[in-house]
Amino acid sequence: MGNGSGNMYTADNTAQEEMRMANGARSDYIVRGFVLSSVFWLLVGLVLGLWLAAEMVFPALNLAPWLAFGRLRVVHTNGLIYGFTLAGIFACSFYMLEKLTRTALAFPGLAKAQLWLFNIAVALAALSLFAGMNTSKEYSELEWPLDIVVVVLWVMFAVNVMGTLVKRREKQMYVSLWFLIATVVTVAVVYILNNLAIPLSLTKSYSAYAGVNDANVQWWFGHNAVASVFTFPILAMFYYFLPKSTGLPIYSHRLSIIAFWSLVFGYLWTGAHHLMLTPVPEWIQTVALAFSLFLIAPSWASVINGFYTMNGNWEKMKSNYLVKFFILGITFYGLQTIQGPTQAIRALSGFLHYTEYIPGHVHMGTMGWVTMVITASMYFMMAKISGREIHSVKLANVHFWLILVGQLLFTVTLWIAGIVQGAMWKATNPDGSLMYTFLDSVAALYPYWTVRLLGGLLYFAGVAVFAYNLSMTSRSKPGTKWSAAAAARSQAA
Amino acid sequence: MNFNSLYEKPVLFALAAVVVISVGTLVTTFIPLFLPSTQPVSPLFTPYTAVETEGRDIYIREGCNNCHTQTVRPMRTEVARYGDYSRPEESAWDRPFLWGSRRTGPDLARGGGKYPDAWHYRHMANPQAMFDKSNMPAYPWLANAKLDTSLTAGKVKVLGYGYDGAEVARQLAGFRQTVTAPTYPSAQVRSQVTPASLRGEITELDALVAYLQKLGRDLKAAQKPPAVPATAEAAESKNPYAGNRQAEEEGEKIFKENCRSCHGEKGAGGFGPKLVTTAHKFGGSDADLFASVAGGRPGGMPPFLPQLGKERVWKAVAYIRHLERESR
Repeated sequence: MGNGSGNMYTADNTAQEEMRMANGARSDYIVRGFVLSSVFWLLVGLVLGLWLAAEMVFPALNLAPWLAFGRLRVVHTNGLIYGFTLAGIFACSFYMLEKLTRTALAFPGLAKAQLWLFNIAVALAALSLFAGMNTSKEYSELEWPLDIVVVVLWVMFAVNVMGTLVKRREKQMYVSLWFLIATVVTVAVVYILNNLAIPLSLTKSYSAYAGVNDANVQWWFGHNAVASVFTFPILAMFYYFLPKSTGLPIYSHRLSIIAFWSLVFGYLWTGAHHLMLTPVPEWIQTVALAFSLFLIAPSWASVINGFYTMNGNWEKMKSNYLVKFFILGITFYGLQTIQGPTQAIRALSGFLHYTEYIPGHVHMGTMGWVTMVITASMYFMMAKISGREIHSVKLANVHFWLILVGQLLFTVTLWIAGIVQGAMWKATNPDGSLMYTFLDSVAALYPYWTVRLLGGLLYFAGVAVFAYNLSMTSRSKPGTKWSAAAAARSQAA
Repeated sequence: MNFNSLYEKPVLFALAAVVVISVGTLVTTFIPLFLPSTQPVSPLFTPYTAVETEGRDIYIREGCNNCHTQTVRPMRTEVARYGDYSRPEESAWDRPFLWGSRRTGPDLARGGGKYPDAWHYRHMANPQAMFDKSNMPAYPWLANAKLDTSLTAGKVKVLGYGYDGAEVARQLAGFRQTVTAPTYPSAQVRSQVTPASLRGEITELDALVAYLQKLGRDLKAAQKPPAVPATAEAAESKNPYAGNRQAEEEGEKIFKENCRSCHGEKGAGGFGPKLVTTAHKFGGSDADLFASVAGGRPGGMPPFLPQLGKERVWKAVAYIRHLERESR
């Protein structure tokens, strides 16, 4: 290795590459395919989420085995993590790769195959989870044959990422590409190690680890699945699409270097903060707690980098419809990365863990940070790809406010519910006996669960507006705007 | 070496990233795998039987771990609510572990033996019929499905439970005989929830209940039975609330939340014995009733003193006396 792009290319093949890119060799159709897949699985995952939220209040909705809460929740989480988020990551990654390397994808045919295999895999995953074929390990529930498909998909993705990076024509790799590389390697390591199992049949396997070790490996995975799916690639998008949509360079390159390495280093130590006060060895819990608190620094380095990028240009929050998605997104990321570490503190974990506070925390990250940034990035990409302006800025604003208010109503309600529940579990009478039965603590939450359902409905309405707006933006009309814009673009290039 | 060149070399960068993520992985996850102290093994905690193994797999299939934890934390209120805190040795045979992450329903690590099987049969069939404020799903289909035991021998082999296929067959036959016998203590409720065609077979619900009844039992067996807390109350054998109308009303509320699911409406009897009677199984004096409620009794009566406290136990007893007066 060690070939900078400069000496890898003669002037000749550089010119050839320019030609290729201009003639539509860019992988816009792959990006578009992943965007549409992502939005589809987003809508599916949210409908399931709404059904689950309703089941909390109306248990009669557990109509059939495949609709019962225990199975449906797994389809919801997997559908949104692996269907929506991963497809969004693939779309944005391929787009950013081509732009930041000024090179067409190394293996476009492979990317196309990946698109098809991905959607088949997500559909099979949903069906198998509905059927109750699951390993019980959270966010890692797929049985072993589908695990192998996931690994194949990931190798396909990694080959394209690394291949394109190797043949790139831009000497320096921008920070988004660092996060992309970190995503590729971290997902590979944690996914494979956590899913090691001994197969019994095609649909059943047993974990390679037992008891405490299984728990420790699982939450090492669980936490770093969060890092490598909900953090690294979303930060990559943030670092790319915020400057792109504002024309403002990121505030500090040095800060992003420090933030990147300390984040990637620190994350892998923290899994056991999901296991505070369990039989996991105390020293592992304490190390996890210490690194969780440490992680506030690199997390906030990105937040500060984002805020300072806007310094002196805050009027863009109003004038540019995309900026508020990114800035609110990074703000929720900042809140998330304060709230998370505080939950790891033993006394607070003792109070809050296992309550509704934790789903509240998770949903701020996914609904506030991840979805805000991915949907805004999709607006930007689809407008560029289809060579026209977004269908309606007004609808994008409606989308923004609905998902913001929906998310806040949802998460704040769950935090309060969690505090109520934690307090009821710990309340004692003067003689030391418990003040409430467990059932009291369930009955007390019905009003909160109803409000949460309402928040979810608002949020879904916002995403429906987004899906409509995006599909109107991406609809290509052959012979009109689309081809004219493409011609104009190739001339500009 | 010029570190700036790292940002120009993607493969080197990827390798550097692997090294950086490996440090925390090694220390917190990989090395503990090889320390025996991470997952200690004790002969006090036994592997699951063949039926319990199948029941555990049904628990996994239905995703019960999405709403129920199986780890009691070493906190005073938690121990009072559920029972003794969880030990690492208890999980030695658990592949996968099932500690869970959310308590939409209560922790189950100490559920084994807390209630009779009949309680579970009825509860799984329709939780709201027993607790109208519960939001647990009903699982009627479990009693309608014959347990598939074609893979059981393979399962216990993979899991390393230390017994062979012949032993699996023996256990399955023995279990089937137990739950289908007319003398099975929960026979009546079981036959109510199980369709006639499956009453002679092992159903998925039978296996699940067997698994739930295993949880925490080894720890209980390993410990000396706790001194019945009621003995400490011997000096107070008279109900301070006897005949107190307000206390009886409070007792009624306590009864509805804690006792009704087993002892029936107004103590008319259910899986638990009838309470409005002159022939109490464990004695009918104030002191006897207090001891039964506070400390529990063998055969499925859990101790309520840690959860309710002395005052409310006496109020519940006052309500029982009120029911007795009413029936006369």
